[in-house]
Formats: sequence, C-alpha cells, structure tokens
Amino acid sequence: MTKDECKQVVLDIIADIAPDEDLSNVKPEVRLRDQLQLDSMDFLDIVMELRKRHSIEVPEADYQHLASLDSCAEYLTPKFIAIAAKG
Amino acid sequence: MNSCSHYDVAIIGAGMSGLAAGIRLAHFGKKVCIFERHNATGGLNSFYSISGRKFDVGLHALTNFVRPGVKGTPLTKLLRQLRIDRAEFALCEQKQSRVAFGPNGETSLRFTNDFAVFENEVATQFPKEIDGFRTLVAAIKTYDDVSLDVAPISARAVVRTHIKDALLEDMLFCPVMYYGSAQEHDMEFGQFVIMFKALFLEGFARPFDGVRVILRVLLDKYRQAGGERRMKCGVQKIISREGRATALLLDSGEEITATHVISSIGAPETERLIGLAPQAAPLETGRLSFVETISILKCQPAAIGWGSDTIVFFNDSARFDYACPSASLDTRSGVICLPNNFDFGPDRQLSEGVFRVTCLACYDQWAPLAEESYQAQKTHCFAEVQRSARRFLPSISDSILAEATITTDMFTPRTITKFTGHIGGAIYGAPIKHRQGRTPLENVYLCGTDQGFLGIIGAMLSGISMANFHILQKN
Repeated sequence: MTKDECKQVVLDIIADIAPDEDLSNVKPEVRLRDQLQLDSMDFLDIVMELRKRHSIEVPEADYQHLASLDSCAEYLTPKFIAIAAKG
Repeated sequence: MNSCSHYDVAIIGAGMSGLAAGIRLAHFGKKVCIFERHNATGGLNSFYSISGRKFDVGLHALTNFVRPGVKGTPLTKLLRQLRIDRAEFALCEQKQSRVAFGPNGETSLRFTNDFAVFENEVATQFPKEIDGFRTLVAAIKTYDDVSLDVAPISARAVVRTHIKDALLEDMLFCPVMYYGSAQEHDMEFGQFVIMFKALFLEGFARPFDGVRVILRVLLDKYRQAGGERRMKCGVQKIISREGRATALLLDSGEEITATHVISSIGAPETERLIGLAPQAAPLETGRLSFVETISILKCQPAAIGWGSDTIVFFNDSARFDYACPSASLDTRSGVICLPNNFDFGPDRQLSEGVFRVTCLACYDQWAPLAEESYQAQKTHCFAEVQRSARRFLPSISDSILAEATITTDMFTPRTITKFTGHIGGAIYGAPIKHRQGRTPLENVYLCGTDQGFLGIIGAMLSGISMANFHILQKN
C-alpha cells in the first residue's frame, strides 16, 4: 500500500459517507474540515468504515491524525502495511 | 433466521427511531433485532388500509426540508448517516402554509420553504416586532440544540425577551407546539429551537406516496445491512440484575438476551418494562393527545377552493392554550393538512383529495367509553372538529363539502395508545426528555420521542445519535 493508495481509500470512504460533497479537488495538505462539510458524526464514520472495510483500528486519541489526506496517509499507511504483512 | 436468541443489540419498537438505530448498528456489523408488537412498522408515523384505500397517520409533512446542496442540517446528517440518497425519498415541497389566528383567522402569517416569506409577513403585520423577531431568529440559529447535556430553560421566557406582542408570541408557539411539544403551555428552549428550525428555517415536504415511502427506504436499508426484525412480537418485561438488563421477556413467553437494549417506546413505558425500584417515584407521563379527522374527497381540494394551503395552524381565542382539555376535545385551535397541496410537479396529483384536521383531546375522557358511546362520541367530535377548522379555510357550503366527501375516518387518543403503546395517548411522549437516553439500567438506552429530538427527522436522528453515543463510539 502506497501513501497515494491510502489517500484513495480515505477518499472512497468519504465518497460513500458524503455523496453530496465534491471530492474532485480535495487538497491533500489542507484539513478535510476546512474544505469539506464534515462534522464529528462524519469523522466517526470514517473511523468505523476503516474498521469495517480494512480492519484498521483508530483509537479516539488518534483521531487528530485524520485531519487531512496527507496526515491520514502518514498515519494509516503503516497500519495497512502491517495488516497486509499479517494476512 | 430468527432462531438465535442472543443479540449484540435488541431494539424495542420499529418506529422511525428504532429503524434508524437498527440501520446504523447493523451496517457496522452488530447483530441486531428489532422487536415490534404490531404487524406494521412506523409506530406513530404509519399508514393503514381500509377497503383498499391507504390512510397515512402521523406525518402531515416531513419537516426539516432543505434543498440539495444545503449542508449541515438534520436532513443532510440523517441521509449521510443512513447512507440514503435523497432521491430515494423524492421529496416534494409544500406550496404554502399559514398560522391563522382570530375567530375567523383574521391575522394570518404565511410561510413557505423560503424563510424570507415568513419574515416579510411578520414585518408587514407586526412592524413593531420585526427587530425583536430578527434577534430571536439570530439566537435560534446560534443555539446548540443537539447538545446532549444542556440545562433546561423556558422557551416562553426566552421568546418574550425578543417579542412583546402576545399575539405574535402565540402564533410562533402554535405550530412549534403542535408539531412536537410534549409539555403543556411552555416548552424547553432547546426543543423550541429544534422545531422552529425544522418548520420555519427549513421547511415542509413529502414523498408523493407519503410516509410509506420513508418507511420502505428505512426497511430496505435495514434489511440490506443484515438487521433482523420480529413483528407481532412485543417485549413484556426487561429482566435485570445488579443494574443491567440480562434478558427480554417477549409477549410470546420466549426470553432473549442482548448485550445492549435500545428502547424507543418512551421513558415511562420503558420504566414499566424494567419495573420500578422500591420507593422510587414513577416518571411523569405526558398529557397531550390529539384527535384527527380524515376526509377523503372525490376531487382535489383546489376544485372546492382549497388549493392554496398545505398546512394551516389555527387558533380562535385571545390566547393560544396548548394543554390537555378538561372535555373530550378542544376545537379552539388545531392543524389542517391538505396533502394534495404539495408541489408534486405539473403532471402529477394525488388520486383523491385528503382533508385532515388535528385538535387537542383528553385521553381520560375517551378511554373509559364503551364501544357504542365511543362511536357516538367520534361522530359528534368529527363534526365539531371540521366545523371549527373550516373557519380558517376559504368558505364553502356544507353541501359542497358533503357532496365531495367519499369517506371519512378519525383517530382518537385511544387509537394512539393502541398503536404506539404511549401511556395516556401521549402523542409526543413524556414532558421530561432524557437527552442522553439513560435509564436506571446501564445497558438500556432510550431513543425516539422521549430522548427529545422532535419530528420524524428528529426521531431518526435520535436513533442514530443513541446508537453512535452508547454503542458504536464505545468500541
């Protein structure tokens, strides 16, 4: 799993959670909240979809790492790699 | 399929809130079962058939309507959380509604899904109050109405700091109270805010086929997510030990177990299932109940001059008195709904006309009547309700209405209790709400009307919030 693939995973989840958002121009370095209308309920769903689809656990203390696509990739890519290694 | 008797979550009641909670939990892999005493879903918001004709109950209009692109409102949150595409509801907007006060509706404030219309009506008819009205609206817009822990304050007191004219004050309270208040005379400000936004700042819409479209979408989502449902299967007792529910005793005598229980049936009703602790005072039950008359017309209401209004909230008296009447019925105020007057598009109309009127009623007056007196009372009250409501619509002769009417029906406080299980026909549940949904048992949570998000969108959001807060966020 590359960082770009990881960003795509997160974008795919957001596309399902918030189909009314335009995701064609999401800037990876900018906080998701600042460019999309996502509230705490939506972020909870990102976390839960990561668990459901990819068995990735994000403890509440780590939610801050999901702020932007770049920070998501930094934080989640090693988790994806670890899970792939186990599988 | 239903053979296994342990669930991660058991939900009591297949109304809007229970279904919404069920969808969330099943979607995220919980083993969920909804137990419903009746054979129909929807609870308070449902439909029934008599001789092949479908009657909607509960829902006049879906409140909280916003157009596509408007985000961050309850409707948008709900669609996202339940993964519903808004096209599935295919909502059609209201034409216009009114608040009509005075013996014949002399003061009338029109409103539509464009808030500027309402603001302009207030400015025109209450010029001295418009500045106060605007500061009130600003306060409403900034109020955190979905917080799960707020101190209750009186809505009447807050509104009076902005609005001095009692007539305008009552005209603002009438729709808001009729569409959701479980409290007499006054309401909690947070609840007022939720309803004011839902009715005035957002708006009214409905699917062409009414409430059954919404229920069908919810049921489909629930089924697709893998949720189970047991109909005609009520829960008669929540069995507990050391502060936790350990099992549910079903009406059939069967016992099932669940890690969590979500009850949508109301706070006092849930308390009855749990059983009261020794010396504990029972929760207060609600007193507000309604009758509703339904007339099916062979023509569109527009053909008899009633084509403008979607909903009319009316009151004929000097003050608006939202309280349980001492008599069977209080026809001084009420709500008229003409579901044909949603904008279904140029080539589409409901096949028959529908004229519905809701008025306040007293459960205790209706409950003890023997069948014959009950039917007689219904006939008598039907006429009273219609007579009162027609004062607020364009005048037509008795014979025109009689000629247009194909059939009629009526629900009473007794009907509400029969189909919702709410004690005392309390349509909006108990006056005290439980925002966090807690009960005396640590793994039993409330959702729905007694959790305190109002309206049908509120009901669904309540199910979602409680499922998130108590179960999905915890692990």
